[in-house]
Amino acid sequence: MDLTIAPNPFFWNAEFVRSFYAGLAEAPVARVVLGELVCSKRLPFWQDEIPQAIAALQAAGKEVALTSLALITLKRERKLTADLLGLGLPVEVNDLSALHHIPEGIPFWVGPLVNVYNEGTLRWLARRGAKRICLPPELPMASVAVLAGVAQAEGVALEVWGHGRLPLAISGRCYHARLHERAKDSCQFVCDQDPDGRDVDTLEGQSFLAVNGVQTLSQAYACMADHAARLQQMGISALRLQPQSTGFDAICADYAQLLAGDMTSGALISRLSAAHPDMPFCDGFGHDGAGANWRGKAVLV
Amino acid sequence: MELVCPAGTPAALRAAVDAGAHCIYCGFADETNARNFPGLNFSRTELTEAVGYAHARGAKVLVAINTFPTAGREALWHSAVADAERAGADAVILADLGLLAYAAEHHPDLRRHLSVQAAAANPDAINFYATAFDVRRVVLPRVLSVEEITAINREIDVETEVFVFGGLCVMAEGRCSLSSYATGRSPNMNGVCSPPEHVDYATEGNDSVARLGGFTIHRTPKGGAAPYPTLCKGCFTSGDKTGHVFEDAVSLDASALVPRLAQAGVTALKIEGRQRSKAYVAQIVRAFRAVTDALDARRAPPALALARLSEGQAATTGAYAKTWR
Repeated sequence: MDLTIAPNPFFWNAEFVRSFYAGLAEAPVARVVLGELVCSKRLPFWQDEIPQAIAALQAAGKEVALTSLALITLKRERKLTADLLGLGLPVEVNDLSALHHIPEGIPFWVGPLVNVYNEGTLRWLARRGAKRICLPPELPMASVAVLAGVAQAEGVALEVWGHGRLPLAISGRCYHARLHERAKDSCQFVCDQDPDGRDVDTLEGQSFLAVNGVQTLSQAYACMADHAARLQQMGISALRLQPQSTGFDAICADYAQLLAGDMTSGALISRLSAAHPDMPFCDGFGHDGAGANWRGKAVLV
Repeated sequence: MELVCPAGTPAALRAAVDAGAHCIYCGFADETNARNFPGLNFSRTELTEAVGYAHARGAKVLVAINTFPTAGREALWHSAVADAERAGADAVILADLGLLAYAAEHHPDLRRHLSVQAAAANPDAINFYATAFDVRRVVLPRVLSVEEITAINREIDVETEVFVFGGLCVMAEGRCSLSSYATGRSPNMNGVCSPPEHVDYATEGNDSVARLGGFTIHRTPKGGAAPYPTLCKGCFTSGDKTGHVFEDAVSLDASALVPRLAQAGVTALKIEGRQRSKAYVAQIVRAFRAVTDALDARRAPPALALARLSEGQAATTGAYAKTWR
């Protein structure tokens, strides 16, 4: 099992993007998915960084793919999607309409925002050319086990969400703009104020969700460290880690050590908690319960 | 225009037919459909009888099999498709890729509609489903403006159906795990959103509180009852802002937009509410039938007085107006 880095869902400035991917080139991860996932309005601000990032990551021996948007509605967005293939990298489909632009016989990847819940869907995608599929985070472990078997038979590498705020929903409406009493079309790019999303708490102060433009994330950071060994046994080929604005190089290094057997999950959780004392965690989907639940235990070493 | 009306029970189906529904949609009493609520939906026998009742009166029946089959248990969804065809259903409404492929291969003569749960939001997505699975009609997700719907209809050959009244998802349908994050049960997997067995109402001090999976969704001063804690309609705090971060407690009423939707090339108007009573269904169906009849006769449609039937007593035209975003 190795590590895949999810596309960064947040709105970071070009300079920050540049240093983030330069750092990632040095990290012990096998592959990186790049591109704008959440909002096409953000892309002009940082798209010039993409070619450099691809070059740096490839030079460091990493596989690179380009993500589609999560929700494609505008003509401009459809054109962007159609143009993705032109860069010669695998496209990661995160809105099924991207498939309309990928000719039969061209291999592609499937991201966690496509609904792959069962054997029939996995087989259909495999036969259409899917080589790598990251399962939706809410999928119960029993389903993951069944799909791992099918994926092996079909020659598809299967990934599971390993770390980061869970992508829970996508909308036509921009919640960041709404919180600033603006509409999406006049948002003035306010989502750039929250490099990891904007926290949404309950009226009783329970940490609950985070908004990121048109996307809603969990406020807690999924940490599937305790489940890695079981997933490895099932035949899952990669854990997916989602970029965050602080301490991400260390997070990648720790998960790499976990997969190599050089760090226990308890130690990883302990290190994560020490480095990010205000970061809530969850792993409930790994226990087939509410996704927000957290059973992980830090073990001091 | 065709009016597609909800039925959670055989009695509601008969009420909808009698009130003038051109088409009724319903589901089996299990997790194969996205309104898997206790006491709701149809047995195989009930569906067969309901199809007979509707067909005898010139109405069609569509069967929603629009959740995403569980790995290892696909047979339940496959038999739902076979049973819908056996009962004489006019079409099945599907969302899952694998299930669409299965139905196209094993039941090629059974008409396939694409559920709103597939959230096909642009012509490329719709043409993909039409080409791959011979889908004949697409229920459009509630993220599109009337202008966008017009543009979509120019680029596709299949029919479009849009929601005009009832509950409103603010998230792209079929792509939302908020409910499972709080409760472990989701629309995609279980056909339920913010399910009642995870709801807790309490009175604390002067407040009534409604929680979902332990998370406070509403807290209202005493005297006001806390509304049902549907997650995305809740009241939350973010920084210095407290309020309905995602959506107010409103439901969709696009009755005034029906003429524009007709001009946009929409074939069918859908009313949400398989969980609602037969009296509610009959009333809404009659009101909307007056609108479609007027349009067919090229008369100005009557303004509808539906406000008191809306959830939470407040209505929105949702994403149909661009400013909603």
